[in-house]
Amino acid sequence: MRFDLTLIQPWINEGSRVLDLGCGDGTLLATLAKQKNVSGVGLEIDPENITQSLAQGVNVIEHDLNLGLGNFRDNSFDMVVMTLALQTLRYPHLVIDEMLRVGRECIVTFPNFGHWRSRWYLSQRGKMPVSKFLPYTWYDTPNIHFCTVKDFEALCADKQIRVLNSAVIGADNNQSPLADRFPNLLGVTAVYHISK
Amino acid sequence: MTQEQNGSVGIVVPQTLHFDTPLTLACGRALPEHDIVYETYGQLNADKSNGILICHALSGHHHAAGIHHPDDRKPGWWDSCIGPGKPIDTNVFFVLSINNIGGCNGSTGPTAINPETGKPWGPDFPPLRCRDWVESQYLMMQHFGITQWAAIIGGSLGGMQAMRWALEHPDALRHCIVIASAMKLSAQNIAFNEIARRAITSDPNFFEGRYLEHNTLPRQGLALARMVGHITYLSEDGMKQKFGRELKTGNLTLGSGSDSDVEFEVESYLRYQGEAFSGSFDANTYLLMTKALDYYDLAREYNDDPAEAFSHAKCSFMVISFTTDWRFAPARSREIVDALVAANKPVSYAQIEADHGHDAFLIPIPRYMDVFHAYMKRLKQELGHAL
Repeated sequence: MRFDLTLIQPWINEGSRVLDLGCGDGTLLATLAKQKNVSGVGLEIDPENITQSLAQGVNVIEHDLNLGLGNFRDNSFDMVVMTLALQTLRYPHLVIDEMLRVGRECIVTFPNFGHWRSRWYLSQRGKMPVSKFLPYTWYDTPNIHFCTVKDFEALCADKQIRVLNSAVIGADNNQSPLADRFPNLLGVTAVYHISK
Repeated sequence: MTQEQNGSVGIVVPQTLHFDTPLTLACGRALPEHDIVYETYGQLNADKSNGILICHALSGHHHAAGIHHPDDRKPGWWDSCIGPGKPIDTNVFFVLSINNIGGCNGSTGPTAINPETGKPWGPDFPPLRCRDWVESQYLMMQHFGITQWAAIIGGSLGGMQAMRWALEHPDALRHCIVIASAMKLSAQNIAFNEIARRAITSDPNFFEGRYLEHNTLPRQGLALARMVGHITYLSEDGMKQKFGRELKTGNLTLGSGSDSDVEFEVESYLRYQGEAFSGSFDANTYLLMTKALDYYDLAREYNDDPAEAFSHAKCSFMVISFTTDWRFAPARSREIVDALVAANKPVSYAQIEADHGHDAFLIPIPRYMDVFHAYMKRLKQELGHAL
């Protein structure tokens, strides 16, 4: 399983109700259902992912996150999770507002554009970074709103969002004390546990 | 037994079951006795846990899969989805498909003889509500000794019956699969139904619904009703692709034709559909079915709150819609999904890209089949089938 998905599991309580935005093939919800008796539902837009989720026994609703979460009631979930989808949204800040409205707590993970490789790529080559992790050209990419760890924290401060917990995953796909010390430089993926 | 893949259930023989105890209806009246015509596909397992009930739509009937004779050109109406290796896999499930009461394919309806008068029921047949079908289907369930369906599945009006089951008999089903359906009709839907009804009742051969006693049929009216209905089952794009502005003869004969001249392919198609239907379907049944559709309102007795309605359900739900369906638009399906989420019920939803309008639910569109198969996989797993 992707390391950010493993990392966030301790933050999700036994038996809680989880909404997973951009649930992919349903791996996170299938695992949480098995290990923590979590009742969950995923939102997904990709047909292949929807079929995979269904086949895994995960409840999934075809839904475009760019349309917001107007279909969901206030505080109707214990946890709203969105992993590696923030950067694909038309209005990421509005979706975060919506997540905090629908869920009592939220978890957001995103690729950190402040990682030293991105900085180095841009400063040395003068071109938008392309990597194994983010393999798209600038003109044909689902990722339209990159941010850095610092950017995200500034947004949380602006919106008076509480950061309950945070972590970064380094280039070796693991946590390290050094990356924890310099998250915006050494974190490839940032992981935030937030609430209102 | 060999396990066929994507096959047909083969030759099926419809059966009839007679119920001689009165069935009390939502309108307060009772049917003193009634027949149900049905077909079954697949084998009921030892603990009777693999039953699936198919609920049919407006003009549907019991013949959902397979053929009746070796030389039948057309299989049952949902043969695309029911059979060995198909989404409703008859290698695994026992499938029951019935003709609802009020129908005209063998189950007791307006063309049957009213035991009190010795004449056809005709317009005196009691008005029916969706819940009456559910109750008569419940009697069928008891007949087979089934206490819980693995799933109840229906498209359109069939989906409405499946949802009503989930509220009326929550312990009697594990899964409810609702395809191209809605919690109630829109004003536009009711308007189209009203045109269809007026077409029938204004036919000179209608005789206030007593046409059988006059040895005639309101065929023109029924054909017109079906033509209107058919337009609403197709999408604009679908019609464009299927017929475009193609001419029947290849050249336009402006001004030379009489009223009966058919110039465009789409005219020919609609007339054929109307005529075929008017020879095989009963006009009183059509009136009765469209009224049941119009009056259906899932949440009416739950303070008009669909979430409160669904709070009574205990099963899991799969909801499917089709992009070009404007008769039961995707937004209507999404309302079902939203209410289920608000009621904290397990639900999945897929909106299938399709050009076929409302009729798409009958057509084996690849993504539709993928989604259907993937969902049915969990039903198989619940039955302990190795995959």
